[in-house]
Amino acid sequence: MTEITSLREAVAHLVKDGDCVALEGFTHLIPSAAGHEIIRQARKDLYLVRMTPDLIYDQLIGSGCASRLRFSWGGNPGVGSLHRLRDAVERQWPQPLALEEHGHADMANAYVAGAANLPFSVLRGYQGSDLPTYNHNIRFMRCPFTDEELAVSPAIRPDVTVIHAQKADRRGNVLLWGILGVQKEAAMAAKRVIVTVEEIVDKLDAPPNACILPSAVVTAVCHEPGGAFPSYAHGYYVRDNRFYIAWDDIARDRDVFTAWVQRHIRDTADFQEFRQVLAQSKGAQA
Amino acid sequence: MSYTTNEIMTIAAARRLPDGAVCFVGIGLPSTAANLARLTHAPNALLIYESGPIGAKPDVLPLSIGDGELADTADTVVPTPEIFRYWLQGGRVDVGFLGTAQIDRFANLNTTVIGPYDKPKVRLPGAGGAPEIASNAKEVLIIVRQSARTFVPKLDFITSAGHLTGGDARARLKIPGKGPVAVITDLCIMEPDPVTRELTVVSIHAGITPEQIRAATGWPVLFAADVRQTPDPSALELDTLRALQQRTAVAHGTASSSE
Repeated sequence: MTEITSLREAVAHLVKDGDCVALEGFTHLIPSAAGHEIIRQARKDLYLVRMTPDLIYDQLIGSGCASRLRFSWGGNPGVGSLHRLRDAVERQWPQPLALEEHGHADMANAYVAGAANLPFSVLRGYQGSDLPTYNHNIRFMRCPFTDEELAVSPAIRPDVTVIHAQKADRRGNVLLWGILGVQKEAAMAAKRVIVTVEEIVDKLDAPPNACILPSAVVTAVCHEPGGAFPSYAHGYYVRDNRFYIAWDDIARDRDVFTAWVQRHIRDTADFQEFRQVLAQSKGAQA
Repeated sequence: MSYTTNEIMTIAAARRLPDGAVCFVGIGLPSTAANLARLTHAPNALLIYESGPIGAKPDVLPLSIGDGELADTADTVVPTPEIFRYWLQGGRVDVGFLGTAQIDRFANLNTTVIGPYDKPKVRLPGAGGAPEIASNAKEVLIIVRQSARTFVPKLDFITSAGHLTGGDARARLKIPGKGPVAVITDLCIMEPDPVTRELTVVSIHAGITPEQIRAATGWPVLFAADVRQTPDPSALELDTLRALQQRTAVAHGTASSSE
């Protein structure tokens, strides 16, 4: 049974200190509101998993919520570095961050394996790459049928997966469309699933092969319109490329970042208030 | 018609994409070149982006690998695991188009760290889809601006395999794809020697001297005996590229494009 609840309640009850947490969304439908709420509730020692850490993990890492990260590409798309991620790796600020680094193909496979309740994933990859030298969770095995050497890595089994989607119905069935990334696999691989949505509707009215997460796999649905900002929700709003560019300056300096998080996340009640404060501070700059 | 070194780089890279090829496209310079090819000589190229779009025909260049423009203009959008499992590992990708932070003489690529892995001087974004694109695409094109900081004698980290230590090193590891077949820069085009696999300058862009190329390469770079001059851009190539970048700048509200 899916609970339809506030994001504050969902994070309070479903995300614990030390959890393995995956907030997924490949550029599209990034669950930013949920990331903010985890920072607001000051979760600690999280083992974060995500193919592309993006701004959302830059914020969580810089806010001291994470001690470990499994990922495959850690940049600010189209802009450059994730400065908080880099500061954690290069100078251990605000705390050390253990990296477990893979390639995209491997991460996608590891979610599929997790969703299928298998212990590891298999792919033809990493030959000649140094990644297996530094990540001991990338190993090789021989195919028992062909003797071909294949790469394996542990399945991803998050305690909690959080995704953002366009719609849910009142029973907790979730509909998403556009670029899907690994969201379905990440949800199916998790013990608990939080979905923030643009709309809660009476009927989804989706065609038979639409990407729907049935309520049986969804623990909580939270109505968070705009909750993917500055990412986008296909059919609702576009990516705020200017915010991605502006983030570069905010995240570059520890003090500027810390003040920004205090003012925009810790001192706001929820994502709606964050958007209001952000609009005001933009107005002040103009 | 006058043109910049960045323009000839993108145009020279675009020319290498055959019409009808299935092309796995990285973001940034590779995406610019692949779309220029699609808009000029290769209208039937099938562009695949790792976020899921297959047959994307963006009117403006994406700023990120998952822009809505890619989904809106694609033949279909599939989940990311399908892209890597069924298309790339499935052997359906003809050309992988990659950029890089650093490259060595055998076209191995580093996008992970500068300095030691555990105490990096610069932490770069990491692998993304590149290692498996580099190994599973039938062939790989690399587009990158040339400088001695980028073209280094020894990589601190091999993220994605080029020709490794040269010769038949790739084949000995049973890597499925042919690996890099060309490196296109703002100064020249390099191709691996057929036997040693060391990158060799085969074509020099107009107005560039061999000395400039030597100065921008961190090892004593080889030149082919019959080194050519890169043909100038045609009016169609140049106009199409400039219009694409202009549309992109307007759409993203930035002065420069996704480069």
